[in-house]
Amino acid sequence: MAKRTIVPIGPYHPLQEEPEFFTLTIEGEKVVDIDVQVGYNHRGIEKISEMKTFDQIPFVVERICGICSTSHPFACVQAIEDINDIEVPERAKYIRTIVGEGERIHSHLLWLGLAGHFLGYNTVYMWAWKLREEILDVMEILYGNRNNYAMFKPGGVRRDIKDEDIPDVLKKINSIIPTLEMLKKAVMDDPVLHARTKGVGILTKEEAINYSALGPTSRASGVTKDVRKDAPYAAYDKVAWDMIVTQNGDVFDKAVVRVLETFESINIMKQCIFNLPEGEVDANIKSISAGEGIGTHEAPRGEVFHYIRSDGTNTPIRHKVRAPTFMNLPTYKATIIGETIADASIILAAIDPCYCCTERMAVRDTKGKKLYGGEELIRLSQEKTEKLRAKYV
Amino acid sequence: MSFKLKALLKSPWVFHLSTGSCNNCDIEILDCLTPRFDIERFGMLLAPSIKHADVLLITGSCNRKSATRLKRLYEQAPKPILVVAIGECSLSRGMFIHSYNCPLPLDKIIPVDVYIPGCPPKPEAIIAGVVKLIGKVKSKTKK
Amino acid sequence: MRREEVLKNIKGKFKGDIIELFDKSSKRVYIEIKPQSLVKVATYIFKDLKARFNIASGMDARLHIEILYHFTIEPINLLISLRVKLPKDKLEIDSLAPVFEAANWIEREMHELLGINFKGHPNLKKLLLPDEWPEGVYPLRAEYKEWDKNAIRDRGL
Repeated sequence: MAKRTIVPIGPYHPLQEEPEFFTLTIEGEKVVDIDVQVGYNHRGIEKISEMKTFDQIPFVVERICGICSTSHPFACVQAIEDINDIEVPERAKYIRTIVGEGERIHSHLLWLGLAGHFLGYNTVYMWAWKLREEILDVMEILYGNRNNYAMFKPGGVRRDIKDEDIPDVLKKINSIIPTLEMLKKAVMDDPVLHARTKGVGILTKEEAINYSALGPTSRASGVTKDVRKDAPYAAYDKVAWDMIVTQNGDVFDKAVVRVLETFESINIMKQCIFNLPEGEVDANIKSISAGEGIGTHEAPRGEVFHYIRSDGTNTPIRHKVRAPTFMNLPTYKATIIGETIADASIILAAIDPCYCCTERMAVRDTKGKKLYGGEELIRLSQEKTEKLRAKYV
Repeated sequence: MSFKLKALLKSPWVFHLSTGSCNNCDIEILDCLTPRFDIERFGMLLAPSIKHADVLLITGSCNRKSATRLKRLYEQAPKPILVVAIGECSLSRGMFIHSYNCPLPLDKIIPVDVYIPGCPPKPEAIIAGVVKLIGKVKSKTKK
Repeated sequence: MRREEVLKNIKGKFKGDIIELFDKSSKRVYIEIKPQSLVKVATYIFKDLKARFNIASGMDARLHIEILYHFTIEPINLLISLRVKLPKDKLEIDSLAPVFEAANWIEREMHELLGINFKGHPNLKKLLLPDEWPEGVYPLRAEYKEWDKNAIRDRGL
C-alpha cells in the first residue's frame, strides 16, 4: 500500500456559517478519504429562539449567518405567516424580493472573488470585491446598513423604500453591469481557468439527488430545482427570470451558474424596482395562533428551511433552522475523493461554504517530517495555474 | 519603547480568528483589505499564520469547541501580541449570552486590548479601532 | 402525478401505517405514521415519488418526542411532513441514512441534541457539541438546565 498522509484543514473558517475541520487522507497527490467535523460555530440558536417573541425572532435568525442575513429572516417570517396563512401586502412582497436579490448579488460576487484568490487570480478577487462594495452601497441607501438589514417582520417589512432613493439605486446597479460583463468574459474565456476547473470535483446528478444538494451546487449538476420557481413566494412569480442550470457538475459549472445568476438577480431587482406597487408594507399581525408552519427561501447557497411550532403564546415552542450548507457539505465525500491535493482548495470552495479555512491549512506527513502551511497549499494551487498559463498563453 | 514594539507598530500584521461568529464581522475585516478601504497602505496585512501575526482580531461569541482552540492559538502567538475584540458577540456575547454553548465572554478567556462594538462594525470602525490600539500602545510605552 | 393522486397513493399503499393525515393547505401535508413503518414510507416518498429530503426536525413535546421528516415534491409544489411520535422511555427509531445519504448528518445532530437513538446509522458520533459535553445532557430537551458551574450569564454590570 502506498504511504498515506493525513492533511488536517481547519478547524477555523472565519468566513463560514459553519466552521469545519476537514481531515483529508492523501496517497501521493491523490485524495483518498475525507472526514468533516463541524460545531466550531454552534451557538444554540434554536434554543435561544425559543426564549424570544415572534417579533424578536427575525433579529435572532439574522445573526445566524452574515452573508445570508436576509435569507434566514425571509424563510423565518414565511414560516410564521404559514402558521396562520397570512397574506402579505403586495408592496411588501416586492420589497422582500429586492432585499433577497441584492443579497444574492453580493454573495455571489464574494464567492467569485475568493475563488479567484485560490486559483492565483488576485485581480479577480480585488475586482469582484470592489464591485461588491457598490451593492453594499445600494443596501446602505435602501435599508440603512451594509449587512444585517433588519427589514423583515412577520406580515411585511419594517421599512418602506423611499421614491427619492430609487434613482441613486438604479444608477449604482447599472454602473456595475459593464464591469461585471468584463469580469464574466475574463473568467469564462480564460483557457487557464478552463484547464484548472473543468472536469474537477464533479458531482453527478445522481449524487446530487442522493445528498439532496441545494442551490448552485445542485443546479450545476443538472438538477432543475429552485425554490423561487418551484414554490413561488414573494414577487418571484410576477417577474420574468430564468433558472440557470448547467450539466457537468464540476467547479467550472458551479462558477458559471453563480456568475449568470448574478445577472439574473440584477434583472429581477430592476424589474421589482420598476414595478413596485403602491400601498401598505405591513399586514399588522396581532397574534399568532397555535399551529405549525414551514418557510423556505432560495438563499444564495440553496434552500433555507425554517420550521416553527407555536402553542398560541408569544413565543414558539420549537424553531428548526436548516441552512443550505448543512446539506451541501456532505457532498465533499463525492467530489473530492480521487482529486489531487492542489485542486482540494478550490473544490472545497466550490460549494461556497466560505474559504478562510484554506488560509489555515497545515499539511503534515504521517511521520511528522513534512509540514506545509496554508500559504504552501495556496502556493501549490497557484503554481499549478502558473504552469498551465505557461502552456496556454 | 522597546525595539520589538516599535517594529510591530510600523506594520502590524493582523491574524483574524472567528470563534463562532456569524461571519459578518469577518467579511468586514476582509473588506478592509479590498480596494475601497485598502488597509495595506498603513502596512497592515492579513497574516495567514498566527506565528507571523502582531495583532489578533477576534470575532464571535467563543463557543465551547473554539474556546479551547483560541487559548491554544494565543499561547502559540509570538509575544508581544495585541488582542482586538470585534463585534458585539466578542464583547459581551450579545444575544448569545444565554446560549448553552457559549459559557464565557472573550475577556475572561484571554486579555483584550481594544474593543470595537457594532453588529457588525463598519470597515471604517475597524480601521479606527486598530489606529486607536496603536495610539494606546505608543502612549503607554512612552512613559 | 397530480397532488390528489399522490395523496391517494400514499393513503392506499400505507393504510395500516398512517395514524392521521392532516391536509393543512395546498402546499403542506402532515402525515402521522407509526414509528416502525418510517423507513418503508420514507423510501417510497424519496425513491418512487422523487421527492427531495429537506430535513428532519426533532422536538420535545413534554409527553413524547416528536420527529418530523420533511420532503418536497417540486413538480406539484407539495411539502410532505412525516410525523413520528416516540415515547420518552424508548427513544429509538430506524435510521434513514442507509436509504439516502442526506439523512446522515441530521440524525447525528438529533442524536446529540435530543438523545434519540437511530438504529442502523453508519456513524452515530457527535456532530456539533464538544467532546467534553457531559453524557446524557441534551440541550434541546424541555428539562435542560445549566450544568456548567463556571458559566457566566450576566454582563458584569
